[in-house]
Amino acid sequence: MSMPFYVSPEQVMQDKAEYARKGISRGKSSVTLEFADGVLLMAENPSSLSKIGEIYDRIAFAGVGKFSEFDQLRKVGVRYADTKGYAYSRDDVRAKALANAYSQAMGDVFTRELKPLEVEVIVVEVGDLTLAGHEKNKIYRIQFDGSISDHEHYCVIGGAAEELDNMLQSEYREGLSLGEALQLGRRALEKAAQGSTRVAPENLEICLLERDRPGRKFHRLSTDNLREYLGA
Amino acid sequence: MRFGASYQGSSFNELLAQDHSHLRPDFPRLEAALDPSRIPHGTTVLSFKYADGVIVAGDRLATEGHRVASRDIEKVFPTDSHSLIAIAGAAGPAIEMARLMRIELEHYEKIEGELLEIEGKANKLSQMVRQNLPAAMQGLVVVPLFAGYDLRRSQGRLWKFDITGGRYEETEYEATGSGGLFAGESLKKSHRSDCNRDDGLRIAVQALTDASDEDRATGGVDLNRGIYPVICFCSESGISRASDDEIEGIFRSIMGDAR
Repeated sequence: MSMPFYVSPEQVMQDKAEYARKGISRGKSSVTLEFADGVLLMAENPSSLSKIGEIYDRIAFAGVGKFSEFDQLRKVGVRYADTKGYAYSRDDVRAKALANAYSQAMGDVFTRELKPLEVEVIVVEVGDLTLAGHEKNKIYRIQFDGSISDHEHYCVIGGAAEELDNMLQSEYREGLSLGEALQLGRRALEKAAQGSTRVAPENLEICLLERDRPGRKFHRLSTDNLREYLGA
Repeated sequence: MRFGASYQGSSFNELLAQDHSHLRPDFPRLEAALDPSRIPHGTTVLSFKYADGVIVAGDRLATEGHRVASRDIEKVFPTDSHSLIAIAGAAGPAIEMARLMRIELEHYEKIEGELLEIEGKANKLSQMVRQNLPAAMQGLVVVPLFAGYDLRRSQGRLWKFDITGGRYEETEYEATGSGGLFAGESLKKSHRSDCNRDDGLRIAVQALTDASDEDRATGGVDLNRGIYPVICFCSESGISRASDDEIEGIFRSIMGDAR
């Protein structure tokens, strides 16, 4: 009988993390920005397969990395949110609880499964100024190993996240108009794309959570609308 | 709230059945027949086509036998941006069905990234009515109307249902509930599919007024309490609701004409 080689748990985790990071860095980044009327989610995405999706009235989702994996997470999120809203009330569906559930699920896969998820996701909730305790926007980032963090103003996921974080730290200011936020987001995605000088509007996927929209706040911006805003 | 449960499809109703059966309205497990006079019932709802799409209307009264259960209940609910459900029958299960229908359509849209065809929506509702059949046999009858704007064919469409889930598309108008017969008779005389919004509103108020005249369980317009029927318009641009002031004005002119 052959002896299995001993591999330290530390080494196993490192290998898995490296594998996941490699997978994620192959894909494109996604940027989330707070602006005056809500939250903007952007991704460079020439395909018709969405990286950004609606979860609930005030909650949206963005994923990067392996499509099949983050799209599965998105669908699980929709099922979770709709069930919770049906059992309790629509205002009881909050981003924090969903982000925590993602963190648990992704952390579980990371420790139990041989192959970790090669994804990073963002869960965003736009504030409601008419509901006490719900006024602020919320942005949560969940990484492949389940580690979760909350962010103010902006958040980047994907390969170039760290680099873009630095750029947005120096260029972001509060109260951006939608047009300004779109310009800034596009510059960030161009920087992430390295070398490709301009990201064409038709290769951008843009979704908004607009605070003053009645009912469901999620809204997908068409390429024509985007062109108007970018003046291109 | 389980996360990442086993159901993988795009129907919310099936998700509940498979993974959260404790949340499902479980009327069918009732042992004995209920006395319908002890449960609030919605009375008259109607729907008909007009030039821009469909109009859906309902009075505001709910009754328990010969008693008033509520004077201002709503029986017309938007189920998404271009469709509405109007309910008659046992109010509890009917309102729950309308709520479930709305979540069902939104859930499908989010999971699939596309809207259901209006025919698909009507079919989904017919399955929900059919599931309610055991409860209907025990007195909890739910008979909805479903109407909406078909964005692919650029026209209003409407359906009625029977308690077995039978689904019948109507070409012009339909009314149901205790005053449905009288509202239907009124619509038969006054209705034209090519009428404009204002004429449509007048036809709807007239039909509900006729129904409330003949059927004691139908509310009609209650000027004393300021309670007005719900009248919704569904066209290409979405759903809008007639204001109480508008309905009051039309009701007063109808009453004036009648004098």
